[in-house]
Amino acid sequence: MIETSNLAKYYGDLVAVDGVSFKVEPGQVLGFLGPNGAGKSTTMKMIAGFLAPTSGTAKVCGHDVVEAPLEAKRMLGYLPEGAPSYGEMTARHFLEFVADVRGLAGARRAQRIEEVIERLHLHKVLEQSIETLSKGFKRRVGLAQALVHDPAVLILDEPTDGLDPNQKFEVRSLINNLAKDKTIVVSTHILEEVQAVCSRAVIIARGKILADATPAELESRSRYHQAVSLTTSNVPAARDALSRVADVAAIEFDAHTHRLTAIPKPGRQIFVPINDALKAQGIAFSELQLESGRMDEVFRTITHGDLGEDVPEGARA
Amino acid sequence: MSGSSFNGTLAVFKREFASYFATPVAYVFIVIFLLLAGVFTFYIGQFYERGQADLFPFFNFHPWLYLFLVPAVAMRLWSEERKSGTIELLLTLPLTMWQAVLGKFLAAWAFIGIALALTFPVWITVNYLGAPDNGVIFACYLGSFLMAGAFLAIGSCLSACTRNQVVAFILTVVVCFLFLLAGFPLVLNFFSAWAPQELVDAISGLSFLQHFAAIAKGVIDMRDIVYFLLAIAFWLYASAVVIDLKKAD
Repeated sequence: MIETSNLAKYYGDLVAVDGVSFKVEPGQVLGFLGPNGAGKSTTMKMIAGFLAPTSGTAKVCGHDVVEAPLEAKRMLGYLPEGAPSYGEMTARHFLEFVADVRGLAGARRAQRIEEVIERLHLHKVLEQSIETLSKGFKRRVGLAQALVHDPAVLILDEPTDGLDPNQKFEVRSLINNLAKDKTIVVSTHILEEVQAVCSRAVIIARGKILADATPAELESRSRYHQAVSLTTSNVPAARDALSRVADVAAIEFDAHTHRLTAIPKPGRQIFVPINDALKAQGIAFSELQLESGRMDEVFRTITHGDLGEDVPEGARA
Repeated sequence: MSGSSFNGTLAVFKREFASYFATPVAYVFIVIFLLLAGVFTFYIGQFYERGQADLFPFFNFHPWLYLFLVPAVAMRLWSEERKSGTIELLLTLPLTMWQAVLGKFLAAWAFIGIALALTFPVWITVNYLGAPDNGVIFACYLGSFLMAGAFLAIGSCLSACTRNQVVAFILTVVVCFLFLLAGFPLVLNFFSAWAPQELVDAISGLSFLQHFAAIAKGVIDMRDIVYFLLAIAFWLYASAVVIDLKKAD
């Protein structure tokens, strides 16, 4: 369990984190979202015990990170931003070093190291020095290091940064598998990741928490929530048909993807009426789709305070 | 020291010590150290020409050898951790700052100790050629090792001040030079012009060279040993303070 209360970090006059309070329970994966420089990493560094908070408290499994730092650190597996590791060491020696510092010994040490090697598929690179490994393997070694003592709490700062799509998928499956009994905090600026792994998302900007909700709740704040999109060869006719459906508030055409999107009036359902209207007028269409909402749009709305300035030209018609 | 805190220090020590040998650094350092020690002893120190069975020419140059070689070992201690970001990893493991500082320092000190121990052929040579006072030679080795430790502790602190190893090296050479010569007119004249006599005396008492010379006479005075151990403790404490202040940069 992680609990922070009014956690703050100032660098002179610069406010990096400004009174952040949240609580994460076992079984939850909390996604930390925010623009670069929002205070995500600083918050994580304070929980991990690397930086001392200017004010406020953070507790890991009940241990205050300032008053009982060693107890808190024992409960915690931490992947720092960029997954730093000792480049001249081999992956195996590095994991053994972390296991030793973590006080693992004997059969348990061997078994835990074997398990993380297995989980992160490190067999092939075990005897290579870490500096010669690809970015994906370096990141996996960093994750293995964080997991070697089977911690109750995991803090992962951008765990999939720099990975290719397959590796991202693997890391996300790993997080999902770990989520059952652990408390996990993941920071990311990849929005799809939030939907893929997080049971809860916290949006943070300028050091403050601006939203704290499930990914589905966040999506439902989107103006595209319950919107209907489709592809058709006859755009003018389809557009005309859509505009006559009673509960449609606006219609957008994306010149890039050639998709028409109809946005409903708040709280209304337009999928069935649109389907009926298009069929009634004999307009050919494909990929008629009900949208759950667009996370990127919600993210921009929340972190910028207003939508519009960042929407590319042509996205609205 | 409880068992677990010893284990933490030991794990850091082992990792750090092995890292010297994972790169050519260790071998280059040892070869250069032995070469220079030989050159100083046999050419500049005129070991044979003196016709005396002692190792005075050998140990006489150790302070000057350390002045450049120890900072070269010390410069990477913390600046590399900061530059590569591994400091964040190290300090979020369940270790106290002391365990981290001490483990790394002891590894570097042990490494220099190995280089020093590899000069044993000189000891054998002098015993082969004559009948030296081996008690004095042992005292010299001890004094030399302690002095290296004090240089290294200074280097540990200054390496924590910067992420740039070259800057760390130069700063360490300069500070070590001042400590080496603290008892000499070069440094003392600067202070004696304005500082009270007590301060000048205190500064002259800080000289590494004088304490080393005292031990090297073969008289192991506890005060000289304690002096070096205190110097090491002070600079390691300063290292911990600097790391805490600068780690976020």
